[in-house]
Amino acid sequence: MDFLRPTTLAEALAVKAERPDAVPIAGGTDVMVELNFDHRRPAALLDLTRIDELRTWSDGDELRIGSGVPYVRIIEELGAQLPGLAMASRTVGSPQIRNRGTVGGNLGAASPAGDTHPVLLASDAVIEVASVRGTRMIEADDFYVGVKRNSLEPDELITAIHLAPAAGPQQFSKVGTRNAMVIAVCSFALSLHPGEKRVGAAVGSAAPTPRRARDAEEFLNHALDFDNPRPLLDSVKREFGELVSQAASPIDDVRGSAAYRKHALAVMARRTLGWTWQEFLTEEQACA
Amino acid sequence: MTTNFGTLTPAELTSAVTGGIGTSPQRPDGNLKVRGEFAYASDLWHEDMIWGATLRSPHPYARITGIDLTEALKTPGVYAVLTHQDVPGRNLYGLEHKDQPVLAVDVVRYQGEPVALVGADHPETANRAMKRIKVTYEVLEPVVDMETATQETPLHPGGNLVRHVPIRRGDQAPKADVVITGRYEVGMQDQAFLGPESGLAVPADDGGVDLYVATQWLHVDRSQVASALGVAEEKVRLTLSGVGGAFGGREDLSMQVHACLLALHTGKPVKMVYNREESFYGHVHRHPAVLHYEHGATADGKLVYVKAKMFLDGGAYASSTPAVVANAATLGVGPYEVDNVTIDCYGVYTNNPPCGAMRGFGAVQAGFAYESQMDKLAEALNMDPVDVRVRNAMTEGSVMPTGQVVDSAAPVAQLLKLVQDKPMPAPMSADLRQLPGGVSNTTHGEGVVRGVGYAVGIKNVCFSEGYDDYSTARVRVQMAGDELTAQVHTAACEVGQGLVTIMQQIVRTELDIEKVTVLPMDTSIGNGGSTSASRQTYVTGGAVKAACAAVKAKLGDRTDIGDEVIDETVEWRHRATEPLDPETGQGNAHVQYGFAAHRAVVDVDTELGLVRVVQLDCAQDVGKALNPQAVVGQIQGGSAQGLGLAVMEEIQTSQGKVRNPSFTDYLIPTVLDMPPMSIDVLELADPHAPYGIRGVGEPPTISSTPAIVAAIRAATGLALTRVPVRPEHLTNT
Repeated sequence: MDFLRPTTLAEALAVKAERPDAVPIAGGTDVMVELNFDHRRPAALLDLTRIDELRTWSDGDELRIGSGVPYVRIIEELGAQLPGLAMASRTVGSPQIRNRGTVGGNLGAASPAGDTHPVLLASDAVIEVASVRGTRMIEADDFYVGVKRNSLEPDELITAIHLAPAAGPQQFSKVGTRNAMVIAVCSFALSLHPGEKRVGAAVGSAAPTPRRARDAEEFLNHALDFDNPRPLLDSVKREFGELVSQAASPIDDVRGSAAYRKHALAVMARRTLGWTWQEFLTEEQACA
Repeated sequence: MTTNFGTLTPAELTSAVTGGIGTSPQRPDGNLKVRGEFAYASDLWHEDMIWGATLRSPHPYARITGIDLTEALKTPGVYAVLTHQDVPGRNLYGLEHKDQPVLAVDVVRYQGEPVALVGADHPETANRAMKRIKVTYEVLEPVVDMETATQETPLHPGGNLVRHVPIRRGDQAPKADVVITGRYEVGMQDQAFLGPESGLAVPADDGGVDLYVATQWLHVDRSQVASALGVAEEKVRLTLSGVGGAFGGREDLSMQVHACLLALHTGKPVKMVYNREESFYGHVHRHPAVLHYEHGATADGKLVYVKAKMFLDGGAYASSTPAVVANAATLGVGPYEVDNVTIDCYGVYTNNPPCGAMRGFGAVQAGFAYESQMDKLAEALNMDPVDVRVRNAMTEGSVMPTGQVVDSAAPVAQLLKLVQDKPMPAPMSADLRQLPGGVSNTTHGEGVVRGVGYAVGIKNVCFSEGYDDYSTARVRVQMAGDELTAQVHTAACEVGQGLVTIMQQIVRTELDIEKVTVLPMDTSIGNGGSTSASRQTYVTGGAVKAACAAVKAKLGDRTDIGDEVIDETVEWRHRATEPLDPETGQGNAHVQYGFAAHRAVVDVDTELGLVRVVQLDCAQDVGKALNPQAVVGQIQGGSAQGLGLAVMEEIQTSQGKVRNPSFTDYLIPTVLDMPPMSIDVLELADPHAPYGIRGVGEPPTISSTPAIVAAIRAATGLALTRVPVRPEHLTNT
């Protein structure tokens, strides 16, 4: 197995063009497990950890976060601007894993159980990918195409994610059968976008890919009055929960039953809606 | 060569710290383990060594119709590929019944059963060669139901019943005011030790082999290895290597014979290390169980009778199933006085993973059932759950269902009252880390209900039923400069429990000698017995104490003995036990009983079915705490293992296949799952035991699980008859 260690992005893209079979590795929290268990023996590993431009983030109208920024920095440096992504990052593995693991890696693996995916969907993130042929911007919605499959071409690398700073309350919630260090049985993300009078809602680990709950979003876009916010009726929360649950197509597996996943998604959707709307109400009242 | 404590020499093992019994001197392996510097068996290394690997059956039950080694043998770097035909001695081993092949012959009885071995210059080469071994199987329908196994296809010549233990005491047709029945299930728990099975076998000039290995019992490993190799026991020499936890899972052989076979076959040192997935197939687990109970009581809560029918799934091979069955049966009513007892406990063969020893050893399964029954009785009588237990609590002088009189302290009521009187935790916290679901942010208090539960348990200490249970200790005293020094040598395994420190403390106390060296544990001295049944401090501690007494008789009050060397070896036995009557289960079968009680306080997210154990308090009688810090550590660890069984730990199987052989999906508690504990340690000396000690390692594992489940029941009102409790059980999904 070749271990390729480029120091610039240009060099990395050239290598990837020449060796499309090379598997990119950043934190190694997924790839190394697969290697150790002999599930995968790639001809080459492409180490991205020496490429500084992947390990930085920048401000602006929108945030650009290099694909190699580890979870711990998202939590510590971007928690105020991206609360949903920080909450999801906080649920990833153990401190050691959060020191190494990256959102880029989450996207590269494209596991339906990846913790950051629902937040990226609910927050309209755009994935920046590059190759020697140029740069493409892929909406999160179009990025996940199957179980552990994404829409990258063989010569492309994930270089960054683009996200607007949160303009409204965001929440992320994940069920695991342990109180820490656990893979999602199912997860849910909700972002309020008050400026556009709409919400983003997405489920994780409850379908072949992470997926938006479109009907649930539509329902809330009509049911929520962003201009004259009032406390929510329980019936609205319940209906939203039902629609989120219906958006999922989970399976029975060793981590949980399909019926439980559907049930839990409805509960998480109700609760996160309550929390985000309450936060929005409180902020509006403070401004008024 | 790395041996007992990695790169440390025996001189360095002479702890710089001081302290006799009753103190808590620092353990020699503690700092090394915290710093990641402790050398485990997986760190063993030898020049010229090759690597062994094991080809295992993918099927729970199948006939082997052919094995083709041609391609594997052609792989460059491969030294040997072995099958059952290469086992020179007896191709069967086992702790109690020799029923398990070293390498499968014509049938495999569980998924993961070893079929062939490869020795190669690199683990990768071994792996590649293994994939080139062509085994053809005729897949058979597996036997997987423990309750019907004895009526299904016999998996062994004698049928599928491993052992039936009946207990008959008192009136067999009793009448009671209140009758409580229940059916309970216990899932398959794993020991989940962190150091996988590993060792290094080095062929010796005399045709024998030296094996460095992580195990719980050097001498029984040795006799099984020698029998399989077809050599005299003296030619198989074992030295304990660094052990990363055991909890019963290293009582049976794993790679011991395999590495020695490869070493003798190739003439090369052979190292074998299982990875985490292989480890799940490489050791026995806790028996899953189905337990049917009927309790009869008077209207004021006095137990009149207990009837029980229990099934323990031993899996494909017997391992220690017979002894586990006896424990579940004899301890099956719990620490209560009951005059009329009818118990039938069955251990059976199936094609599920083999099950054997794990901390609590049969008493855990029974404990979950009888404590669940006591809560049900309390509810039926509208009594407090502690009161109904105290009403029936055993005391010194009580008679066990076996007829054995409990002849030392049995402070069951006192232990319950101690945990009942402890302060309750603060109300529900706003800190996510303290809530069910933790930082996964599933609740900010919604749906969360608090519950409190109690349980108490009983465990036998040391080996039972007439087993000749002894340990051998050698103590040698000589001058080093102008100071007396002592060496202690045993074959009793340090698996992390702290025996090295305990032996030093005993010698310091008995001989008043500060410098005490503990020699590597090996088979050059007599049997030390197993590190199990909470017995090493009792039995090997007793042997070291007795060896010190023999030394003291020669040493007298002298502090300078010149060139003289005083060297005494003692074989020490606890008082003898008796077999159980095969018809009635009567007999003085156990050496000693240990008791612990727990109170659990839990917060349950009743909508999501997630649990956070908020507080888990324990009271236990340990007779005498030789090392108080180690005692508390055992109670914390045992309680955590019980918590794991209550809410998360289970090897899930489907038609005999393991569905979660990894720490990704076999979950054990983290620091955010295990709450702080308040622990009361009683020291009510047992007059029959050295220093009055009572085995401490297992009792807390028994009562922790039912106390937590009782608390979850209190919070939810659900019946919860199976552990581990899963979110599906709490949400009816």
